[in-house]
Amino acid sequence: MTQEHRKFICITCPRGCALDATVEGKAVVKIEGSSCKRGMDYVKGELTDPRRMVTTTVRVKGGVHPLAPVYTKTPIPKPRIFDLLAEIRKIELKAPVRFGDVVIENALGTGVDVLASRNIPAKSEAS
Amino acid sequence: MLKAKYDVVVIGAGPAGLAAAIEAKKTGAQDVLVVERAQELGGILQQCIHNGFGLQIFKRDMPGPAYAQHFIDELAGLHIDTLLDAMVLNVTSERHVHATSRGSGFVELDGRALVLSMGCRERTRAQIALPGTRPAGVYTAGTAQRFVNIEGFMPGKRFVILGSGDIGMIMARRLVFEGAKVERVLEIMPFLTGLTRNYVQCLMDFDIPLQLNHTVKRILGNNRVEAIESVQIDKQRQPIAGTEEIIPCDTLLLSVGLIPENELSRKAGVSLDPVTGGPFVDERMQTSVPGIFAAGNVVHVYDLVDWVTEAGLLCGRNAAQYAIRERKLHGRRVGIKAGNNVRYIVPHVLDKESLAESAQRLQMRVTMPIEEPVLIEVMNGEERVARKTELYVRPGEMVNIDIPQSAYDAVQRASELSVRVVRR
Ligand SMILES: Cc1cc2nc3c(=O)[nH]c(=O)nc-3n(C[C@H](O)[C@H](O)[C@H](O)COP(=O)(O)OP(=O)(O)OC[C@H]3O[C@@H](n4cnc5c(N)ncnc54)[C@H](O)[C@@H]3O)c2cc1C
Ligand code: SF4
Repeated sequence: MTQEHRKFICITCPRGCALDATVEGKAVVKIEGSSCKRGMDYVKGELTDPRRMVTTTVRVKGGVHPLAPVYTKTPIPKPRIFDLLAEIRKIELKAPVRFGDVVIENALGTGVDVLASRNIPAKSEAS
Repeated sequence: MLKAKYDVVVIGAGPAGLAAAIEAKKTGAQDVLVVERAQELGGILQQCIHNGFGLQIFKRDMPGPAYAQHFIDELAGLHIDTLLDAMVLNVTSERHVHATSRGSGFVELDGRALVLSMGCRERTRAQIALPGTRPAGVYTAGTAQRFVNIEGFMPGKRFVILGSGDIGMIMARRLVFEGAKVERVLEIMPFLTGLTRNYVQCLMDFDIPLQLNHTVKRILGNNRVEAIESVQIDKQRQPIAGTEEIIPCDTLLLSVGLIPENELSRKAGVSLDPVTGGPFVDERMQTSVPGIFAAGNVVHVYDLVDWVTEAGLLCGRNAAQYAIRERKLHGRRVGIKAGNNVRYIVPHVLDKESLAESAQRLQMRVTMPIEEPVLIEVMNGEERVARKTELYVRPGEMVNIDIPQSAYDAVQRASELSVRVVRR
Protein backbone atom coordinates (compact mmCIF):
# COMPACT_ATOMS: atom_id res chain seq x y z
CA MET A 1 0.00 0.00 0.00
CA THR A 2 1.21 3.54 -0.64
CA GLN A 3 2.33 5.79 2.15
CA GLU A 4 0.92 9.27 2.48
CA HIS A 5 1.58 12.29 4.72
CA ARG A 6 -1.25 13.73 6.72
CA LYS A 7 -1.38 16.61 9.14
CA PHE A 8 -3.26 16.50 12.42
CA ILE A 9 -3.61 18.77 15.41
CA CYS A 10 -3.74 16.73 18.58
CA ILE A 11 -6.64 17.87 20.77
CA THR A 12 -5.90 15.61 23.72
CA CYS A 13 -4.53 18.46 25.78
CA PRO A 14 -4.40 22.27 25.48
CA ARG A 15 -0.92 22.17 24.01
CA GLY A 16 -2.39 21.28 20.61
CA CYS A 17 0.70 19.78 18.95
CA ALA A 18 0.81 19.94 15.16
CA LEU A 19 1.48 16.37 14.04
CA ASP A 20 2.94 15.21 10.75
CA ALA A 21 1.88 11.63 10.26
CA THR A 22 3.00 9.10 7.72
CA VAL A 23 0.11 6.71 7.20
CA GLU A 24 -0.54 3.62 5.18
CA GLY A 25 -4.28 3.16 4.82
CA LYS A 26 -5.52 3.15 8.37
CA ALA A 27 -2.16 2.32 9.91
CA VAL A 28 0.26 4.89 11.25
CA VAL A 29 3.84 4.40 10.14
CA LYS A 30 5.31 7.26 12.14
CA ILE A 31 4.47 10.65 13.53
CA GLU A 32 6.51 13.78 14.08
CA GLY A 33 5.77 16.84 16.18
CA SER A 34 4.13 15.23 19.19
CA SER A 35 5.30 16.27 22.64
CA CYS A 36 4.09 13.08 24.29
CA LYS A 37 3.04 9.60 23.38
CA ARG A 38 -0.66 10.38 23.47
CA GLY A 39 -0.14 12.09 20.09
CA MET A 40 0.22 8.65 18.50
CA ASP A 41 -2.98 7.41 20.11
CA TYR A 42 -4.78 10.47 18.84
CA VAL A 43 -3.73 9.92 15.24
CA LYS A 44 -4.62 6.21 15.44
CA GLY A 45 -8.02 7.20 16.78
CA GLU A 46 -8.61 9.80 14.09
CA LEU A 47 -7.84 7.23 11.39
CA THR A 48 -9.92 4.38 12.71
CA ASP A 49 -12.55 5.68 15.12
CA PRO A 50 -12.54 9.45 15.70
CA ARG A 51 -14.29 10.30 18.96
CA ARG A 52 -15.28 13.45 20.79
CA MET A 53 -16.56 14.35 24.20
CA VAL A 54 -20.02 15.87 23.92
CA THR A 55 -21.29 18.48 26.34
CA THR A 56 -24.74 20.00 26.13
CA THR A 57 -27.74 20.75 28.31
CA VAL A 58 -30.91 18.90 29.20
CA ARG A 59 -34.20 20.41 30.36
CA VAL A 60 -35.01 20.30 34.07
CA LYS A 61 -38.40 20.74 35.70
CA GLY A 62 -38.66 22.58 39.01
CA GLY A 63 -34.98 23.46 39.32
CA VAL A 64 -33.23 26.74 40.10
CA HIS A 65 -32.31 26.80 36.41
CA PRO A 66 -34.37 25.46 33.48
CA LEU A 67 -31.37 23.44 32.24
CA ALA A 68 -28.75 21.09 33.59
CA PRO A 69 -25.39 20.75 31.83
CA VAL A 70 -24.47 17.18 30.90
CA TYR A 71 -21.43 15.42 29.42
CA THR A 72 -20.46 12.09 27.95
CA LYS A 73 -18.37 10.15 30.45
CA THR A 74 -15.93 9.22 27.69
CA PRO A 75 -15.73 10.35 24.05
CA ILE A 76 -18.32 9.00 21.63
CA PRO A 77 -17.88 8.30 17.88
CA LYS A 78 -17.83 11.60 16.04
CA PRO A 79 -20.47 10.63 13.43
CA ARG A 80 -22.99 9.98 16.24
CA ILE A 81 -22.80 13.43 17.83
CA PHE A 82 -26.00 14.80 16.28
CA ASP A 83 -27.94 11.57 16.97
CA LEU A 84 -26.92 11.87 20.59
CA LEU A 85 -27.95 15.52 20.77
CA ALA A 86 -31.38 14.59 19.35
CA GLU A 87 -31.67 11.85 21.97
CA ILE A 88 -30.78 14.21 24.80
CA ARG A 89 -33.27 16.79 23.54
CA LYS A 90 -36.11 14.34 24.20
CA ILE A 91 -35.34 14.16 27.90
CA GLU A 92 -36.64 16.25 30.76
CA LEU A 93 -35.21 15.70 34.24
CA LYS A 94 -36.88 16.52 37.52
CA ALA A 95 -35.02 18.60 40.10
CA PRO A 96 -33.08 18.01 42.23
CA VAL A 97 -30.32 16.83 39.92
CA ARG A 98 -27.03 15.69 41.46
CA PHE A 99 -23.57 15.94 39.99
CA GLY A 100 -22.74 12.60 38.36
CA ASP A 101 -26.38 11.46 38.00
CA VAL A 102 -26.72 9.17 35.00
CA VAL A 103 -28.96 10.99 32.54
CA ILE A 104 -28.73 8.35 29.79
CA GLU A 105 -27.20 4.94 30.29
CA ASN A 106 -25.31 3.42 27.37
CA ALA A 107 -26.30 6.21 25.02
CA LEU A 108 -27.19 4.96 21.49
CA GLY A 109 -25.65 1.63 22.39
CA THR A 110 -22.15 3.15 22.39
CA GLY A 111 -21.51 1.94 25.92
CA VAL A 112 -21.03 5.55 27.01
CA ASP A 113 -23.14 7.12 29.78
CA VAL A 114 -24.31 10.71 29.77
CA LEU A 115 -23.85 12.32 33.21
CA ALA A 116 -24.98 15.52 34.91
CA SER A 117 -22.14 18.06 35.25
CA ARG A 118 -23.42 19.74 38.43
CA ASN A 119 -26.12 19.88 41.07
CA ILE A 120 -29.35 21.61 40.13
CA PRO A 121 -31.23 22.05 43.41
CA ALA A 122 -35.03 22.14 43.33
CA LYS A 123 -36.45 25.64 43.49
CA SER A 124 -37.66 25.37 47.08
CA GLU A 125 -34.51 23.55 48.18
CA ALA A 126 -32.33 26.51 47.16
CA SER A 127 -31.20 28.71 50.00
CA MET B 1 -25.48 35.10 60.87
CA LEU B 2 -22.77 37.33 59.49
CA LYS B 3 -19.95 38.45 61.74
CA ALA B 4 -18.74 42.04 61.91
CA LYS B 5 -15.15 41.00 61.35
CA TYR B 6 -13.60 38.06 59.51
CA ASP B 7 -10.05 36.87 59.23
CA VAL B 8 -10.41 36.66 55.45
CA VAL B 9 -13.13 38.15 53.24
CA VAL B 10 -13.14 36.89 49.64
CA ILE B 11 -14.92 38.97 46.99
CA GLY B 12 -16.11 36.86 44.04
CA ALA B 13 -16.79 33.10 44.06
CA GLY B 14 -15.26 31.95 40.79
CA PRO B 15 -12.51 29.32 40.84
CA ALA B 16 -10.01 31.88 42.17
CA GLY B 17 -12.22 32.94 45.08
CA LEU B 18 -13.30 29.38 45.94
CA ALA B 19 -9.69 28.16 46.02
CA ALA B 20 -8.60 31.17 48.08
CA ALA B 21 -11.38 30.66 50.63
CA ILE B 22 -10.71 26.93 50.97
CA GLU B 23 -6.97 27.38 51.36
CA ALA B 24 -7.37 30.29 53.79
CA LYS B 25 -9.52 28.13 56.04
CA LYS B 26 -7.13 25.18 55.79
CA THR B 27 -4.19 27.44 56.60
CA GLY B 28 -5.84 28.32 59.89
CA ALA B 29 -7.94 31.41 59.35
CA GLN B 30 -10.59 31.39 62.06
CA ASP B 31 -13.40 32.60 59.88
CA VAL B 32 -13.71 33.12 56.16
CA LEU B 33 -16.52 34.81 54.24
CA VAL B 34 -17.16 34.62 50.50
CA VAL B 35 -19.29 37.39 48.98
CA GLU B 36 -20.74 36.71 45.52
CA ARG B 37 -23.10 38.83 43.48
CA ALA B 38 -24.63 35.87 41.62
CA GLN B 39 -27.17 33.57 43.23
CA GLU B 40 -24.77 30.67 43.26
CA LEU B 41 -21.08 29.90 43.66
CA GLY B 42 -18.81 28.97 40.77
CA GLY B 43 -18.39 32.18 38.77
CA ILE B 44 -18.11 32.03 35.03
CA LEU B 45 -17.48 28.25 35.12
CA GLN B 46 -21.20 27.62 35.54
CA GLN B 47 -21.83 28.76 31.98
CA CYS B 48 -18.74 27.03 30.51
CA ILE B 49 -20.48 23.67 30.10
CA HIS B 50 -17.88 22.38 27.65
CA ASN B 51 -15.11 20.04 28.78
CA GLY B 52 -11.40 20.76 28.91
CA PHE B 53 -11.16 21.82 32.53
CA GLY B 54 -9.03 20.21 35.19
CA LEU B 55 -6.44 18.44 33.05
CA GLN B 56 -3.52 19.87 35.01
CA ILE B 57 -4.83 19.57 38.57
CA PHE B 58 -7.17 16.58 38.43
CA LYS B 59 -5.61 14.88 35.40
CA ARG B 60 -9.19 14.55 34.22
CA ASP B 61 -11.12 16.23 31.46
CA MET B 62 -14.12 17.86 33.12
CA PRO B 63 -16.85 20.27 32.11
CA GLY B 64 -16.65 23.73 33.74
CA PRO B 65 -19.58 23.19 36.14
CA ALA B 66 -18.10 19.85 37.30
CA TYR B 67 -14.80 21.56 38.04
CA ALA B 68 -16.66 24.21 40.04
CA GLN B 69 -18.78 21.60 41.83
CA HIS B 70 -15.66 19.97 43.18
CA PHE B 71 -14.61 23.16 44.97
CA ILE B 72 -18.16 24.10 45.98
CA ASP B 73 -18.49 20.73 47.73
CA GLU B 74 -15.13 21.13 49.43
CA LEU B 75 -16.04 24.62 50.60
CA ALA B 76 -19.33 23.38 52.03
CA GLY B 77 -17.48 20.95 54.31
CA LEU B 78 -15.21 23.62 55.77
CA HIS B 79 -17.63 25.94 57.61
CA ILE B 80 -16.94 28.87 55.35
CA ASP B 81 -19.64 31.56 55.39
CA THR B 82 -21.15 32.63 52.08
CA LEU B 83 -23.16 35.71 51.22
CA LEU B 84 -24.83 35.20 47.84
CA ASP B 85 -26.83 37.57 45.68
CA ALA B 86 -24.67 40.26 47.25
CA MET B 87 -22.85 42.95 45.33
CA VAL B 88 -19.78 44.50 46.93
CA LEU B 89 -20.05 48.24 46.32
CA ASN B 90 -16.99 49.58 48.04
CA VAL B 91 -13.76 48.46 49.68
CA THR B 92 -11.46 50.76 51.64
CA SER B 93 -7.73 50.49 52.10
CA GLU B 94 -8.47 49.63 55.76
CA ARG B 95 -10.29 46.55 54.44
CA HIS B 96 -13.76 47.74 55.29
CA VAL B 97 -16.31 46.21 52.92
CA HIS B 98 -19.71 47.60 51.91
CA ALA B 99 -22.12 45.26 50.16
CA THR B 100 -25.78 45.19 49.29
CA SER B 101 -27.69 41.93 49.13
CA ARG B 102 -31.24 40.93 48.44
CA GLY B 103 -31.38 38.81 51.58
CA SER B 104 -29.54 40.93 54.15
CA GLY B 105 -29.89 44.46 52.76
CA PHE B 106 -26.93 46.78 53.22
CA VAL B 107 -24.02 45.02 54.89
CA GLU B 108 -20.80 46.47 56.31
CA LEU B 109 -17.99 44.31 57.62
CA ASP B 110 -14.24 44.14 58.04
CA GLY B 111 -11.58 41.70 56.97
CA ARG B 112 -8.18 41.32 58.59
CA ALA B 113 -7.21 40.31 55.06
CA LEU B 114 -9.14 40.68 51.79
CA VAL B 115 -9.00 38.63 48.62
CA LEU B 116 -10.07 40.35 45.42
CA SER B 117 -11.27 37.71 42.93
CA MET B 118 -13.87 39.51 40.85
CA GLY B 119 -12.79 37.95 37.55
CA CYS B 120 -13.09 39.82 34.28
CA ARG B 121 -15.62 41.30 31.93
CA GLU B 122 -15.96 41.05 28.19
CA ARG B 123 -15.15 43.90 25.87
CA THR B 124 -18.35 45.22 24.33
CA ARG B 125 -19.27 46.80 21.03
CA ALA B 126 -18.68 50.29 22.43
CA GLN B 127 -15.09 49.43 23.33
CA ILE B 128 -14.18 48.31 19.82
CA ALA B 129 -16.19 51.03 18.08
CA LEU B 130 -18.15 49.03 15.49
CA PRO B 131 -19.78 51.30 12.90
CA GLY B 132 -23.27 50.84 11.49
CA THR B 133 -26.83 50.82 12.78
CA ARG B 134 -27.70 49.76 16.33
CA PRO B 135 -30.21 46.97 15.85
CA ALA B 136 -31.01 44.18 18.31
CA GLY B 137 -28.96 41.03 17.83
CA VAL B 138 -25.46 42.11 18.84
CA TYR B 139 -24.20 40.27 21.93
CA THR B 140 -20.92 39.47 23.58
CA ALA B 141 -20.15 35.76 23.28
CA GLY B 142 -20.29 35.33 27.06
CA THR B 143 -23.75 36.82 27.32
CA ALA B 144 -24.93 34.47 24.58
CA GLN B 145 -23.22 31.61 26.43
CA ARG B 146 -25.22 32.42 29.54
CA PHE B 147 -28.49 32.60 27.57
CA VAL B 148 -27.95 29.27 25.84
CA ASN B 149 -26.33 27.25 28.64
CA ILE B 150 -28.06 28.47 31.80
CA GLU B 151 -31.18 30.39 30.95
CA GLY B 152 -32.22 28.17 28.07
CA PHE B 153 -32.97 30.36 25.09
CA MET B 154 -31.30 31.01 21.76
CA PRO B 155 -30.39 34.58 20.92
CA GLY B 156 -30.70 33.95 17.14
CA LYS B 157 -30.65 31.45 14.27
CA ARG B 158 -27.91 32.64 11.91
CA PHE B 159 -24.70 33.86 13.46
CA VAL B 160 -21.48 35.62 12.60
CA ILE B 161 -18.81 35.61 15.30
CA LEU B 162 -16.18 38.31 15.50
CA GLY B 163 -13.02 37.10 17.23
CA SER B 164 -11.34 33.69 17.30
CA GLY B 165 -10.86 33.57 21.06
CA ASP B 166 -11.83 30.41 22.91
CA ILE B 167 -15.21 31.69 24.03
CA GLY B 168 -16.13 32.59 20.46
CA MET B 169 -15.08 29.22 19.01
CA ILE B 170 -16.71 27.26 21.79
CA MET B 171 -19.91 29.20 21.29
CA ALA B 172 -19.80 28.50 17.55
CA ARG B 173 -19.95 24.76 18.22
CA ARG B 174 -22.52 25.18 20.93
CA LEU B 175 -24.85 27.11 18.62
CA VAL B 176 -24.50 24.44 15.95
CA PHE B 177 -25.42 21.83 18.59
CA GLU B 178 -28.58 23.80 19.28
CA GLY B 179 -29.57 23.86 15.61
CA ALA B 180 -28.27 27.29 14.59
CA LYS B 181 -26.14 28.11 11.57
CA VAL B 182 -22.79 29.80 12.13
CA GLU B 183 -21.92 31.53 8.87
CA ARG B 184 -18.44 32.70 9.70
CA VAL B 185 -15.85 33.38 12.36
CA LEU B 186 -13.86 36.54 11.59
CA GLU B 187 -10.50 37.32 13.14
CA ILE B 188 -8.78 40.67 12.67
CA MET B 189 -5.34 39.26 13.56
CA PRO B 190 -3.30 37.14 11.14
CA PHE B 191 -3.45 34.25 13.64
CA LEU B 192 -5.93 32.37 15.80
CA THR B 193 -6.27 33.99 19.23
CA GLY B 194 -7.70 30.93 21.02
CA LEU B 195 -6.31 27.43 21.48
CA THR B 196 -5.61 25.37 18.36
CA ARG B 197 -7.51 22.43 19.83
CA ASN B 198 -10.63 24.59 19.87
CA TYR B 199 -10.11 25.43 16.22
CA VAL B 200 -10.08 21.67 15.50
CA GLN B 201 -12.89 20.47 17.71
CA CYS B 202 -15.19 23.52 17.46
CA LEU B 203 -14.74 24.88 13.94
CA MET B 204 -13.09 22.26 11.72
CA ASP B 205 -15.22 19.39 13.04
CA PHE B 206 -18.37 21.27 12.01
CA ASP B 207 -17.11 22.97 8.84
CA ILE B 208 -17.43 26.48 10.26
CA PRO B 209 -15.33 28.82 8.12
CA LEU B 210 -12.70 30.97 9.82
CA GLN B 211 -11.26 34.02 8.09
CA LEU B 212 -8.09 35.56 9.49
CA ASN B 213 -7.23 39.21 8.71
CA HIS B 214 -10.93 39.98 8.49
CA THR B 215 -13.21 42.18 10.51
CA VAL B 216 -16.71 43.61 10.56
CA LYS B 217 -16.89 46.82 8.59
CA ARG B 218 -20.52 47.60 9.27
CA ILE B 219 -23.66 46.17 10.81
CA LEU B 220 -26.80 46.26 8.68
CA GLY B 221 -30.44 46.14 9.77
CA ASN B 222 -32.87 48.46 11.49
CA ASN B 223 -34.73 46.68 14.27
CA ARG B 224 -32.78 43.45 14.06
CA VAL B 225 -29.42 42.58 12.55
CA GLU B 226 -30.01 41.58 8.91
CA ALA B 227 -26.42 41.16 7.77
CA ILE B 228 -22.91 42.30 8.43
CA GLU B 229 -20.40 43.58 5.97
CA SER B 230 -17.00 41.98 6.39
CA VAL B 231 -13.74 43.27 5.00
CA GLN B 232 -10.20 42.02 4.73
CA ILE B 233 -7.51 44.14 6.36
CA ASP B 234 -3.87 44.68 5.46
CA LYS B 235 -0.77 44.59 7.64
CA GLN B 236 -1.41 48.13 8.89
CA ARG B 237 -4.90 47.02 9.93
CA GLN B 238 -6.45 49.11 7.16
CA PRO B 239 -9.47 47.76 5.25
CA ILE B 240 -8.62 46.63 1.72
CA ALA B 241 -11.10 48.20 -0.71
CA GLY B 242 -12.94 45.73 -2.89
CA THR B 243 -12.77 42.84 -0.38
CA GLU B 244 -16.10 43.70 1.28
CA GLU B 245 -18.67 40.94 1.58
CA ILE B 246 -22.25 41.08 2.82
CA ILE B 247 -22.92 38.10 5.09
CA PRO B 248 -26.62 37.67 5.90
CA CYS B 249 -27.23 36.80 9.57
CA ASP B 250 -29.56 37.74 12.41
CA THR B 251 -27.01 37.82 15.25
CA LEU B 252 -23.45 39.03 15.69
CA LEU B 253 -21.44 37.70 18.62
CA LEU B 254 -18.40 39.57 19.84
CA SER B 255 -15.55 37.57 21.28
CA VAL B 256 -13.05 40.38 21.37
CA GLY B 257 -11.26 40.00 24.64
CA LEU B 258 -11.64 40.26 28.38
CA ILE B 259 -10.75 43.04 30.78
CA PRO B 260 -10.02 42.48 34.49
CA GLU B 261 -12.82 43.86 36.65
CA ASN B 262 -11.08 46.34 38.95
CA GLU B 263 -13.51 49.08 39.98
CA LEU B 264 -13.29 47.86 43.58
CA SER B 265 -9.51 47.60 43.51
CA ARG B 266 -9.36 51.22 42.41
CA LYS B 267 -11.63 52.29 45.26
CA ALA B 268 -9.38 50.49 47.74
CA GLY B 269 -6.42 52.47 46.43
CA VAL B 270 -4.72 49.43 44.87
CA SER B 271 -2.30 50.43 42.08
CA LEU B 272 -3.02 48.86 38.73
CA ASP B 273 -0.69 47.76 35.95
CA PRO B 274 -1.71 49.58 32.76
CA VAL B 275 -0.71 46.56 30.66
CA THR B 276 -2.68 43.82 32.43
CA GLY B 277 -5.41 46.11 33.71
CA GLY B 278 -5.06 44.26 37.03
CA PRO B 279 -3.33 45.09 40.32
CA PHE B 280 0.42 45.03 40.81
CA VAL B 281 1.11 42.01 43.00
CA ASP B 282 4.09 40.54 44.83
CA GLU B 283 5.03 36.85 44.99
CA ARG B 284 2.37 36.29 47.64
CA MET B 285 -0.31 37.89 45.45
CA GLN B 286 -0.45 40.87 47.77
CA THR B 287 -1.40 44.14 46.09
CA SER B 288 0.15 47.52 46.81
CA VAL B 289 -2.22 47.85 49.79
CA PRO B 290 -1.06 45.68 52.73
CA GLY B 291 -3.58 42.98 53.58
CA ILE B 292 -5.36 43.17 50.23
CA PHE B 293 -4.59 40.20 48.01
CA ALA B 294 -5.79 39.36 44.50
CA ALA B 295 -6.09 36.23 42.37
CA GLY B 296 -7.49 34.99 39.09
CA ASN B 297 -8.70 36.92 36.10
CA VAL B 298 -8.86 40.08 38.17
CA VAL B 299 -5.03 40.09 38.06
CA HIS B 300 -4.52 39.04 34.45
CA VAL B 301 -6.59 37.03 32.02
CA TYR B 302 -5.77 33.31 32.28
CA ASP B 303 -6.31 30.75 29.55
CA LEU B 304 -6.47 27.70 31.83
CA VAL B 305 -8.62 27.48 34.91
CA ASP B 306 -6.07 25.21 36.66
CA TRP B 307 -3.66 28.12 36.90
CA VAL B 308 -6.46 30.27 38.26
CA THR B 309 -7.03 27.73 41.01
CA GLU B 310 -3.33 27.59 41.74
CA ALA B 311 -3.16 31.38 42.07
CA GLY B 312 -6.24 31.26 44.31
CA LEU B 313 -4.61 28.71 46.63
CA LEU B 314 -1.44 30.77 46.93
CA CYS B 315 -3.43 33.92 47.56
CA GLY B 316 -5.67 32.26 50.18
CA ARG B 317 -2.71 30.85 52.07
CA ASN B 318 -1.00 34.24 52.26
CA ALA B 319 -4.18 36.10 53.12
CA ALA B 320 -4.75 33.69 56.03
CA GLN B 321 -1.18 34.09 57.25
CA TYR B 322 -1.55 37.84 57.09
CA ALA B 323 -4.79 37.71 59.08
CA ILE B 324 -3.31 35.37 61.69
CA ARG B 325 -0.30 37.64 62.12
CA GLU B 326 -2.58 40.65 62.31
CA ARG B 327 -4.68 39.03 65.03
CA LYS B 328 -1.61 37.98 67.04
CA LEU B 329 -0.06 41.37 66.69
CA HIS B 330 -3.29 42.91 67.86
CA GLY B 331 -3.14 40.87 71.10
CA ARG B 332 0.50 41.81 71.52
CA ARG B 333 -0.13 45.49 71.12
CA VAL B 334 -0.54 47.88 73.95
CA GLY B 335 -1.70 51.48 73.68
CA ILE B 336 0.36 54.28 75.27
CA LYS B 337 -1.70 57.12 76.73
CA ALA B 338 -0.66 60.67 77.58
CA GLY B 339 -1.17 61.10 81.35
CA ASN B 340 -0.55 63.94 83.79
CA ASN B 341 1.13 66.97 82.11
CA VAL B 342 1.82 65.08 78.87
CA ARG B 343 0.33 66.64 75.72
CA TYR B 344 1.07 63.73 73.39
CA ILE B 345 3.29 60.69 73.15
CA VAL B 346 4.84 58.82 70.24
CA PRO B 347 4.60 55.96 69.42
CA HIS B 348 0.91 55.58 70.19
CA VAL B 349 1.09 51.78 70.37
CA LEU B 350 3.82 49.33 71.21
CA ASP B 351 4.37 45.72 70.19
CA LYS B 352 5.07 44.06 73.55
CA GLU B 353 7.50 41.66 71.90
CA SER B 354 9.67 44.53 70.67
CA LEU B 355 11.22 44.63 74.14
CA ALA B 356 12.63 41.17 73.59
CA GLU B 357 14.92 42.75 71.02
CA SER B 358 15.78 46.15 72.42
CA ALA B 359 14.73 48.96 74.73
CA GLN B 360 12.00 51.15 73.26
CA ARG B 361 12.19 54.90 73.18
CA LEU B 362 9.10 57.07 73.78
CA GLN B 363 9.02 60.73 72.82
CA MET B 364 6.64 63.34 74.19
CA ARG B 365 5.95 66.98 74.84
CA VAL B 366 4.63 68.31 78.14
CA THR B 367 1.60 70.57 78.49
CA MET B 368 2.95 73.00 81.14
CA PRO B 369 6.52 73.99 82.01
CA ILE B 370 7.89 72.83 85.40
CA GLU B 371 11.09 74.63 86.39
CA GLU B 372 12.21 72.14 89.06
CA PRO B 373 13.22 68.45 89.10
CA VAL B 374 10.54 66.09 87.78
CA LEU B 375 9.93 62.34 87.50
CA ILE B 376 8.86 60.91 84.15
CA GLU B 377 7.07 57.64 84.71
CA VAL B 378 5.62 54.94 82.44
CA MET B 379 2.79 53.30 84.37
CA ASN B 380 0.66 50.20 84.02
CA GLY B 381 -2.15 51.35 86.29
CA GLU B 382 -0.42 51.71 89.69
CA GLU B 383 2.60 49.65 88.68
CA ARG B 384 5.63 51.57 87.48
CA VAL B 385 7.24 50.15 84.34
CA ALA B 386 9.98 52.73 83.72
CA ARG B 387 11.20 56.00 85.24
CA LYS B 388 13.59 58.84 84.58
CA THR B 389 14.38 62.20 86.17
CA GLU B 390 14.86 65.60 84.52
CA LEU B 391 15.91 68.91 86.11
CA TYR B 392 13.02 70.72 84.39
CA VAL B 393 10.54 70.25 81.52
CA ARG B 394 9.28 72.81 78.99
CA PRO B 395 6.69 72.41 76.17
CA GLY B 396 9.27 73.66 73.65
CA GLU B 397 11.71 70.84 74.43
CA MET B 398 10.93 67.26 73.55
CA VAL B 399 11.30 64.69 76.32
CA ASN B 400 12.50 61.09 75.82
CA ILE B 401 12.19 58.06 78.00
CA ASP B 402 13.31 54.49 77.25
CA ILE B 403 11.37 51.45 78.36
CA PRO B 404 14.24 49.08 79.26
CA GLN B 405 14.32 45.43 78.26
CA SER B 406 14.15 44.57 81.96
CA ALA B 407 10.54 45.84 81.88
CA TYR B 408 9.57 43.03 79.49
CA ASP B 409 7.53 41.06 82.05
CA ALA B 410 5.79 44.11 83.46
CA VAL B 411 4.78 45.23 79.96
CA GLN B 412 3.40 41.75 79.13
CA ARG B 413 0.89 42.21 81.98
CA ALA B 414 -0.28 45.61 80.74
CA SER B 415 -3.48 46.27 78.86
CA GLU B 416 -2.64 49.94 78.58
CA LEU B 417 0.39 52.08 79.44
CA SER B 418 0.32 55.73 80.43
CA VAL B 419 3.07 58.27 80.83
CA ARG B 420 3.04 61.08 83.39
CA VAL B 421 5.31 63.89 84.43
CA VAL B 422 5.22 64.83 88.14
CA ARG B 423 7.25 66.97 90.56
CA ARG B 424 9.75 64.99 92.58
C1 LIG C 1 -17.63 34.63 29.26
C2 LIG C 1 -16.38 33.91 29.65
C3 LIG C 1 -16.17 32.60 29.22
C4 LIG C 1 -15.00 31.92 29.56
N1 LIG C 1 -14.82 30.66 29.08
C5 LIG C 1 -13.70 29.99 29.42
C6 LIG C 1 -13.47 28.69 28.98
O1 LIG C 1 -14.27 28.19 28.21
N2 LIG C 1 -12.38 28.00 29.40
C7 LIG C 1 -11.47 28.56 30.24
O2 LIG C 1 -10.50 27.89 30.62
N3 LIG C 1 -11.64 29.80 30.66
C8 LIG C 1 -12.72 30.53 30.26
N4 LIG C 1 -12.88 31.80 30.67
C9 LIG C 1 -11.86 32.33 31.50
C10 LIG C 1 -12.35 32.10 32.91
O3 LIG C 1 -12.90 33.30 33.34
C11 LIG C 1 -11.28 31.64 33.86
O4 LIG C 1 -10.76 30.41 33.48
C12 LIG C 1 -11.81 31.51 35.29
O5 LIG C 1 -13.16 31.19 35.35
C13 LIG C 1 -11.53 32.77 36.00
O6 LIG C 1 -11.85 32.61 37.37
P1 LIG C 1 -12.00 33.80 38.33
O7 LIG C 1 -12.34 33.21 39.63
O8 LIG C 1 -10.83 34.68 38.24
O9 LIG C 1 -13.22 34.67 37.75
P2 LIG C 1 -14.78 34.35 37.55
O10 LIG C 1 -15.05 32.94 37.31
O11 LIG C 1 -15.22 35.33 36.52
O12 LIG C 1 -15.41 34.74 38.96
C14 LIG C 1 -15.53 36.06 39.43
C15 LIG C 1 -16.73 36.14 40.33
O13 LIG C 1 -16.73 37.39 41.02
C16 LIG C 1 -18.03 37.87 41.09
N5 LIG C 1 -17.99 39.31 41.29
C17 LIG C 1 -17.43 40.26 40.48
N6 LIG C 1 -17.58 41.49 40.99
C18 LIG C 1 -18.24 41.35 42.16
C19 LIG C 1 -18.69 42.26 43.17
N7 LIG C 1 -18.49 43.58 43.06
N8 LIG C 1 -19.33 41.77 44.26
C20 LIG C 1 -19.54 40.43 44.38
N9 LIG C 1 -19.13 39.52 43.47
C21 LIG C 1 -18.50 39.97 42.37
C22 LIG C 1 -18.66 37.44 39.79
O14 LIG C 1 -20.07 37.38 39.88
C23 LIG C 1 -18.04 36.06 39.58
O15 LIG C 1 -18.81 35.04 40.13
C24 LIG C 1 -14.03 32.53 30.35
C25 LIG C 1 -14.26 33.84 30.80
C26 LIG C 1 -15.39 34.53 30.45
C27 LIG C 1 -15.60 35.96 30.93
S1 SF4 D 1 0.78 15.15 21.70
FE1 SF4 D 1 0.69 15.13 23.92
S2 SF4 D 1 1.34 17.19 24.48
FE2 SF4 D 1 0.83 17.28 22.30
S3 SF4 D 1 -1.33 17.93 22.29
FE3 SF4 D 1 -1.31 15.69 22.23
S4 SF4 D 1 -1.52 15.12 24.39
FE4 SF4 D 1 -0.88 17.25 24.36
